[in-house]
Amino acid sequence: MWDYSEKVKEHFYDPKNAGAVADANATGDVGSLSCGDALRLTLKVDPETDIILDAGFQTFGCGSAIASSSALTEMIKGLHVDEALKISNQDIADYLDGLPPEKMHCSVMGREALQAAVANYRGEELEDDHEEGALVCKCFAIDEVMVRDTVRANNLSSVEEVTNYTKAGGGCSSCHEAIENILTEEMAARGETFVAPPIAASKKKKVVKLKPEEPKPEPAAAPAPAAAKPSGKLTTVQRIKIIENALAEIRPTLQRDHGDVELLDVDGKNIYVKLIGACVGCQLATATVGGIQQKLMEALGEFVKVTPVTEEQLTNLVGV
Amino acid sequence: MNDIYMDNNATTMVDPAVVDEMLPFFTEQFGNPSSLHSFGNKVGFALKKARKTVQTLLGAEHDSEIIFTSCGTEADSTAILSALRAQPERKEIITTEVEHPAILNLCENLETQGYTVHYLKVDEKGRLDLNAYQKLLTDQVAIASIMWANNETGTIFPVEKMAEMAQEEGIMFHTDAVQAVGKLPINLQDSAIHMLSLSGHKLHAPKGIGVLYLKRGTRFRPLLRGGHQERGRRAGTENAAAIVGLGKAAQLAMDNMAHENSYVKNLRDKLQEGILKTVPNCFVTGDPENRLPNTVNIAFEYIEGEAILLLMNKHGIAASSGSACTSGSLEPSHVMKAMGIPYTAAHGTVRFSLSRYNTEEEVNRVIEAVPPIVAKLRKLSPYWDAEANAPMEEPEKSFAPVYA
Repeated sequence: MWDYSEKVKEHFYDPKNAGAVADANATGDVGSLSCGDALRLTLKVDPETDIILDAGFQTFGCGSAIASSSALTEMIKGLHVDEALKISNQDIADYLDGLPPEKMHCSVMGREALQAAVANYRGEELEDDHEEGALVCKCFAIDEVMVRDTVRANNLSSVEEVTNYTKAGGGCSSCHEAIENILTEEMAARGETFVAPPIAASKKKKVVKLKPEEPKPEPAAAPAPAAAKPSGKLTTVQRIKIIENALAEIRPTLQRDHGDVELLDVDGKNIYVKLIGACVGCQLATATVGGIQQKLMEALGEFVKVTPVTEEQLTNLVGV
Repeated sequence: MNDIYMDNNATTMVDPAVVDEMLPFFTEQFGNPSSLHSFGNKVGFALKKARKTVQTLLGAEHDSEIIFTSCGTEADSTAILSALRAQPERKEIITTEVEHPAILNLCENLETQGYTVHYLKVDEKGRLDLNAYQKLLTDQVAIASIMWANNETGTIFPVEKMAEMAQEEGIMFHTDAVQAVGKLPINLQDSAIHMLSLSGHKLHAPKGIGVLYLKRGTRFRPLLRGGHQERGRRAGTENAAAIVGLGKAAQLAMDNMAHENSYVKNLRDKLQEGILKTVPNCFVTGDPENRLPNTVNIAFEYIEGEAILLLMNKHGIAASSGSACTSGSLEPSHVMKAMGIPYTAAHGTVRFSLSRYNTEEEVNRVIEAVPPIVAKLRKLSPYWDAEANAPMEEPEKSFAPVYA
């Protein structure tokens, strides 16, 4: 059962601009029969002005694929090709009042067809750098290929790291088993063994009363820290450098989703960051901030609290 | 006009007589069947009666061979995990490529635990090769688990014969008979089948009740340990109302089976014929000569199943599809892939599964509704030549994707 918006239904049941455009001077083909989704986008572009005069689609695919194709043609008609190219798959999904996570690839197909059609119009060659895998994380619509590639490229070895780099697993956590399976395979390929971290102990100290005649046990060796901690006490400058470096590692992931993060201030354990772009008002911002906080704690080897604020809020908070 | 329900392999309507039978067990008959007082006794006797009826439906020798579970999946898991635990020296499982995910996903998980799973292939009609099966029967195999009938195509497997072959090699045999029970006559006492799974909601009983048949003398290890319910083989307070409902549904299935095998089969055949005659480029998948009387799975070339379902739903017709898009995966149904159905058709399969509640008038409405739906979607397809009303010649050549 898919929970389709009324807008999706409207564009599926009564698609706009179905069929090929007569006198088209641009064609973009994406998808294939084997993957169950294929889209041909045809455009009529004014060669003098580069304005898209007409757009038409032919789609082999599901309700979302047809609706996304229809929406795309409506969105681009009348636009300059450069303006049209700025349309992201998220824009297509937003135009349709959202798509289920399993169906986001339909909006991606729309965007790719547009890129292919514009390249065709300009006589350019487009390389197929696209690969798609089974959906792993439904909360953030992250597929297997992305998780594997990220694990491989960054030598990741824990679910937490995968979440920090890709967001996968940062929501309901039901995909953690699938992520662990990927980690097991990828780590085995590089000659390592995946070991799940121990379950975090409760903060409550259990008091064990010893009998008077019993010797006191030797204190146990302190457990090794999970992450490599910087040795010795850090100066403020050193801490800021480490924080900046850790944020630099996270930023590409956020930027891929049209978001970003910026360090505003460090006040002891409190680290103030500014969320930018799509991260602002995102309903999953809490998970993003949690991921950032985890990453900074690992980098610094100490507990820190990350708070997202605006410059104005920061002024009120720390009185700068 | 009423909506038309033709998705009975997914679930069935609870028969009104079953509901009537169940209702007292939500009100005055609330006792725990394990209790010794009259409140418990009344419910205990009702469960005994239901167990007897299910025993009769399955042709089992003893009513103690019937273990009530929460669903078909639990019965499947119990059967396979029990066989492995009861025979720790055996590390192999035989099953088929076209089983229900309740078996396939469990087997896949067991592979990660060091077990070897042999997946029998099927031919283009979804039939098994018994010679290939015979070769796998060794003393390393803990259990062979073969479905009685396939949920997508309705193709029936020769499980009684396969159980005998397994028995000759001293191998436990389980069958997931979720789609077969209530539709096909079953006589377990004269078979070599050790274990069988069924699910109540596939035969007009409610959801949340299943059965594991366990032939007397079969080594067994429970999945759920705890209380003494089900003779200690499945702990947990019995879902009394659902069990009573299943008992009633089992009785109705026995009363209706002969009728279903003619009435429903005729409706199914009429539906199949009507669609094949009026829609070009479509065909029946599976084994038309040897399948469930209520099921027809039709592959519509060059269009996608979910889109067909959505348009049919708008016409008030409910069916299902094995397309990738309906499951949220990237691949079409594993059953279609196993049969080697080409991609041009595998994504466009629609399963119609009927029941005794369907009528000829409904079948006529579906025959009327489907051709324009298919035509509408083909008009949108880049692989279809709308003018010629035929597939593009060499569509993969005229359609040259940058991103595939």
